Amino acid sequence: MSKDKNRLPRAGLTSPRPETGRFIRVIACIVAALVVGLGAFAAFAWRPSIAEVPTPEASSFSPVLLQQGARLAAAGFCASCHTGAGAKPFSGGYAMKTGFGTIYSTNISPDRETGIGAWSEDAFRRALHEGVARDGSHLFPAFPYDHFTKLSDADVHALYAFVMTQPPVHAQNHPNEMPFPFGIRALQAGWKLLFFHAGRFEPQVDRSPAWNRGAYLAEGLSHCSACHTPRGPLGQELTNRLYQGASVDGWFAPALTQANPAPAPWTSAELHDYLTTGVSRYHSTAAGPMAAVTQELSAVDPDDQAALVTYVESLGQGHASSDRTASAVASALAADAQDHKQIGNAGGRLFVSACASCHYNRTPDVNPNRPELGLNSAVFLDDPSNLIRVILYGINAKDGASGIVMPGFARGMTDADVVSIASYLRSTRTDKAQWPDLAKQVAAIRAAGPGEIR
Amino acid sequence: MTSFRINGRSVTVKTDGDTPLLWVIRDEVGLKGTKFGCGIGMCGACTVHVGGRPTRSCVTQLNAVEGADITTIEGLDPQGQHPVQRAWRAIQVPQCGYCQSGQIMQAAAMLKDFPEPTDADIDAVMTGNLCRCMTYSRIREAIRVAARDMAENKA
Repeated sequence: MSKDKNRLPRAGLTSPRPETGRFIRVIACIVAALVVGLGAFAAFAWRPSIAEVPTPEASSFSPVLLQQGARLAAAGFCASCHTGAGAKPFSGGYAMKTGFGTIYSTNISPDRETGIGAWSEDAFRRALHEGVARDGSHLFPAFPYDHFTKLSDADVHALYAFVMTQPPVHAQNHPNEMPFPFGIRALQAGWKLLFFHAGRFEPQVDRSPAWNRGAYLAEGLSHCSACHTPRGPLGQELTNRLYQGASVDGWFAPALTQANPAPAPWTSAELHDYLTTGVSRYHSTAAGPMAAVTQELSAVDPDDQAALVTYVESLGQGHASSDRTASAVASALAADAQDHKQIGNAGGRLFVSACASCHYNRTPDVNPNRPELGLNSAVFLDDPSNLIRVILYGINAKDGASGIVMPGFARGMTDADVVSIASYLRSTRTDKAQWPDLAKQVAAIRAAGPGEIR
Repeated sequence: MTSFRINGRSVTVKTDGDTPLLWVIRDEVGLKGTKFGCGIGMCGACTVHVGGRPTRSCVTQLNAVEGADITTIEGLDPQGQHPVQRAWRAIQVPQCGYCQSGQIMQAAAMLKDFPEPTDADIDAVMTGNLCRCMTYSRIREAIRVAARDMAENKA
């Protein structure tokens, strides 16, 4: 008893033993919940692998199907992302710097060991429609399956036929460089739960067949909004700001909506020239990541080119404001005519010495081979990256207007020179405020180098 | 390796891709008519045509011209009889002559865009081509003569 008595005061309500028991029970519950939760997530995230198949023979596909596949592959820019610098087509290795680390595109040539030569059409379709590789692992949305999910089975079939009949390239995939935990593929199941909506394209009945075909291409295969729509903190496209313009790979992809700042409207004729040749009279030259887009679009079926133009024109309603072209051109040409009077300031002097010999235009019209900076979105955007990049690093013969070069002035001009010219253009060609951090941005872009780096 | 065409001839060079095109034209291809002036793209002495467009070769990197078609002063006209060259001789434009290949290449390209150039056009397009001998008035006159010559031969 005395023992009990002695123990009683220590026992009672504050005794550690029942508390320990409760603590253990709570921990056990948490662990059990975690195990069940992880198990449930694993079950949710799990996808089966799809068995390997013999690589299909080219003869098993019709030439018409292969040509259709080639044109569709161009509309999807497959080769642009799945080919590293100087590498063989479709062999992968193109680095994409994201906020979650660097992701390298993979080898999608039909090499059985390092490419996708052993993939069945079912596996290929699942990758495009659901973002899951043949082995069942989740793909990162750097591969825009959130767009490819809209593709029809017939188009997937044509793409499969085309890809599987390209020359196989034996090239190991470059491992991704993603900090923990972003590299865990199973977590992508969670991303998909939050942001991914699987499903084929649904046409809008009140729109024309051409518009719907264009929408199908732009929103699906061509994945325009992957660059032209801002992304949220988890890399998801912010659908409430669709096509409103975004920073990508060190460039700014301008808005495709009426928020596009180019003074001349994007009419169908302008869009067609720009998208299929890389240059248009009133919007100058495609550069940066857009250059590859226009090169590929030049190989797309003409009806599909026209459909894309129809859809993109509808986003910005360029036709409705086509009467603005003449006044935009007139004011750009008026500014060109004043440059020779501007040699009293450093920007004006640099401009007439280094730029005007190619960029000067005069009435009555702009010469598309003399890109008119008074109409160029790079001068009008809130983000000066495009203008700085082109001044420093130029545009090579392959990009933009084919066979023509804009030299880069990185070696010839100091940061202060570039700032002078950019500020000069901003003040003489636009009524917009000067860029606030121009000097800092010029220095940053020079430090980053000519690569397409964020 | 970079491949391009120069004055109609296909050329492949192993020079580093970031080498200025001017270096390659003079030292690899061996065409010395194109001159080094300022080296920073501000004087026009190194002007050549790339894809028919006047381009300053001292700031153009070799890798930018992969697949391009380049014309230098030697290839402007095989006999040196381009209307601008004829006008240049007739008016005796050059004094020391160092800048003239760049001036001629720039002027020849300009007349494709502005076949009837005004003085304002000439000033705007040619201001980037410096002449330390100050032969500007003769340059302007030669361009007008060449324009008339081209218009007459066209008609």
